Amino acid sequence: MLQFGRWKLFSIIAVIFLGVLYSLPNLVPESDRYSVNEIDNSQEPRGIWRWIPSKTVNLGLDLQGGSHIVFEVNMAEVREGQLETLAADARQTLRAATPPLLARSVAVVGDEVVVLMARPDDRDAAYDVLSELSQPVSSALGQPGLTQTLDVRRDGSDLSAIRLGVTPEQLEAIRTRTVTQSIEVIRRRLDGLGTTDPTIARQGDSRVLVQVPGASDPDAIIAIVGAQASMSFHLVDETINPGPNGQARVPPGRTIYPMASTNPPTYLAVETASRLTGENLTSASVSTSQTAVGPVVAFRFDTQGALVFGDMTRNNVGKRFAIVLDGEIITAPNIRGPILGGSGIIEGNFTYETAQQLVVLLNAGALPASLTPVEQRTVLASLGQDQIESGELAVLVGFLAVIVFMIAAYGLFGVFATIALMVNVILIMGALSGLGATLTLPGIAGIILTIGMAVDANVLIYERIREENKLGRTPANALQAGYERALSAILDANVTTFIAAAVLYMLGAGPVRGFAITLAIGIITSVFTAFVFSRLLAVIWLRAFKPKAIPL
Amino acid sequence: MTFALIRFLPTSANVPFIKIRIWAIAFSVLLVLGSLFEFSNVGINFGIDFRGGIQTEVRTTEPADVEAMRQVVGDLNLGDPRIQQTGNPREVLISLPLQPGEGLEGEEAQQVARRALEAALQDNFPGIELRGTDVIGGAVSGELVVKGFVAVSLALFLMLVYIWFQFEWQFSVGAILALTHDVIATVGMFSVTQMTFDLATVAAILTIVGYSMNDTVIVYDRIRENLRKYKKMPLGELLNMSINDTLSRTILTSSTTLVALLALYTIGGEALKSFSFAMIWGVVIGTYSSIFVAAPLLLFIGVKRDGSSS
Repeated sequence: MLQFGRWKLFSIIAVIFLGVLYSLPNLVPESDRYSVNEIDNSQEPRGIWRWIPSKTVNLGLDLQGGSHIVFEVNMAEVREGQLETLAADARQTLRAATPPLLARSVAVVGDEVVVLMARPDDRDAAYDVLSELSQPVSSALGQPGLTQTLDVRRDGSDLSAIRLGVTPEQLEAIRTRTVTQSIEVIRRRLDGLGTTDPTIARQGDSRVLVQVPGASDPDAIIAIVGAQASMSFHLVDETINPGPNGQARVPPGRTIYPMASTNPPTYLAVETASRLTGENLTSASVSTSQTAVGPVVAFRFDTQGALVFGDMTRNNVGKRFAIVLDGEIITAPNIRGPILGGSGIIEGNFTYETAQQLVVLLNAGALPASLTPVEQRTVLASLGQDQIESGELAVLVGFLAVIVFMIAAYGLFGVFATIALMVNVILIMGALSGLGATLTLPGIAGIILTIGMAVDANVLIYERIREENKLGRTPANALQAGYERALSAILDANVTTFIAAAVLYMLGAGPVRGFAITLAIGIITSVFTAFVFSRLLAVIWLRAFKPKAIPL
Repeated sequence: MTFALIRFLPTSANVPFIKIRIWAIAFSVLLVLGSLFEFSNVGINFGIDFRGGIQTEVRTTEPADVEAMRQVVGDLNLGDPRIQQTGNPREVLISLPLQPGEGLEGEEAQQVARRALEAALQDNFPGIELRGTDVIGGAVSGELVVKGFVAVSLALFLMLVYIWFQFEWQFSVGAILALTHDVIATVGMFSVTQMTFDLATVAAILTIVGYSMNDTVIVYDRIRENLRKYKKMPLGELLNMSINDTLSRTILTSSTTLVALLALYTIGGEALKSFSFAMIWGVVIGTYSSIFVAAPLLLFIGVKRDGSSS
């Protein structure tokens, strides 16, 4: 226990050196560590920071301010859409069969599509063709898997009925795809806005977590992230009067939409089937026009979109078409002549901000499903700053109190424990910085708690040395026995606390996770500083002064 | 080199802990029953994490007029508001209950209510600063309750397994009973004081579990050692000796931890109040239970002493 070989000594010094190295950046202002590239605003370490670690501890949103929003992907909507498509496919398949098979009805009932054949004799033939609609589920990597997308069954009691359901595996694949696509779209949108350092991550089955540091207005994020941005182009049917509330009855194939930002609200009836959708757009940008007062949004169609748009405008000169975005008509201009170039502008009474927002939405594409915020936490930067300050003060006061306590109780050995404690805090900061972990307010509490509990190992050892001392051992023997005998208690005690921290990490979210991380790191570093480092200090003292008795 | 050492405690204590075990157990049983009674009758003041709803922390330019705020927020008809003053007269915590509505409609209603609350505050109290706002939906708060419960149970179970491996099963039972005692007493404390019980409190409870376990393990470790050393000593005497052996360590560690936590409680800010409160109570009760519950329980359960125990 009292022998430190060359390699052991080297490792101890190396660990402490690394701790200091990794925690160092936290003491130097960012502007001294990084130079900003003025072209793309990216940061480059400068000077000595190019060679040594330059990362600081990441502050959680509760400390630096910002918005944390969890969105739920509306899977019910996706499932309904899926079943509608399935019903349409089933109708098409039966019609296309040779000879055509006649269905009495094909309808979505609950979470199935029910096909009722006109003649029960046709059922087996229909079953065969409908079964071909089912395909192997493609996995996340795109390879076909073993399970089928559809579950096609002949109804047991109704001899003319066939039921088509989507298998759980396919639903899961759809869910994963929908959430992944949503995350991609959200990322493109936030990047388009130039948001700094957003975090976008899947959470649970069908949720997406969006964290934006520094954003104090959650509504701005909800507006840009939560908008489905599904855009479509429809011809306006001016022969129909939508009525004052848009409640007029319309013939099949026509739909009434409200006009955006009109007060009182006004309505237009349009063809339900869209001529073009946002998927046909290749790019959009903010622009100006001679005819409009404010900014306009210019867009370009892809080749196919340009052809369709050209045809639509050529054949409907003098009529109006409507651009519908998420259930609202943003503009409904007159077609003055054919537009063949494949580009156009939207004049929608925009301010620069709303135009920019629409551009970002159009360029990022539509979300595959609507998103609803289910959890939102917003912290103002000033509150975060206050919390950092009170947290720092609490750490400092707690630290001083523990030092006073330890030195009062153990004298010189208390000083060893104090030095070990300081190294401990440096190691915790170094580990947090090096691992890129996030420090939250509960995380600070974890550090304070670690400071209080870290001395436990020292206390155990010193109490043990005291006991051994009383038995009349020599100082070296007492030290040796004290460290040796205290080890099992220290390990058992720390493993149990580590279990608690690990469980917290697995089940906790956000701030609580930050607490678990600092607690877990603190347990590991405190075993090292209390058991290994403070022992080294005691041994150095023993060698240097050769004391007759241990001052404990 | 000489140091004037302050001796907080006699180096060899001999307190008859085991003799008073009946009283200690009686006290603990009363504590647990009282806690359960308080919990079922009064209940816990769950924070927004578990209740769901909207909560905003505001700062006014002048000392806040709580009555006026209650009036303004009440007039929104968004359910019964809670207006809570923090330590600072200019700072107020305002919360609204979970807004009604099925599924995602309810979630939308929450956002609508938040916007209405923010607008009403800003219109009626010029210069008010909305410093932090939380909106927790019904689905999320429900899941958090389950997660918190699972976390505490899982931690207890894993520790039970660990102690079982390291010691005899009797120790494992004693430790888990002591831990459960601590958790119930903490829940009881939150029922009595009506302090807000939120996600951070669950974190605190888990830490208490870890801390109390830590304490118990230290005593058990010494009991195991003494069992090997003194094969003939009566168990009661041996337990008492072990508790006394580790007493000064137990008290010193608890004191340093308490000192650090008191610093956190008094100057750590509003957000950590309930966390540090739970921790302080937990350290006190955890220390008590290691000495008065976990060790004496071994006497009731009995320990195998054929020398084969390792």
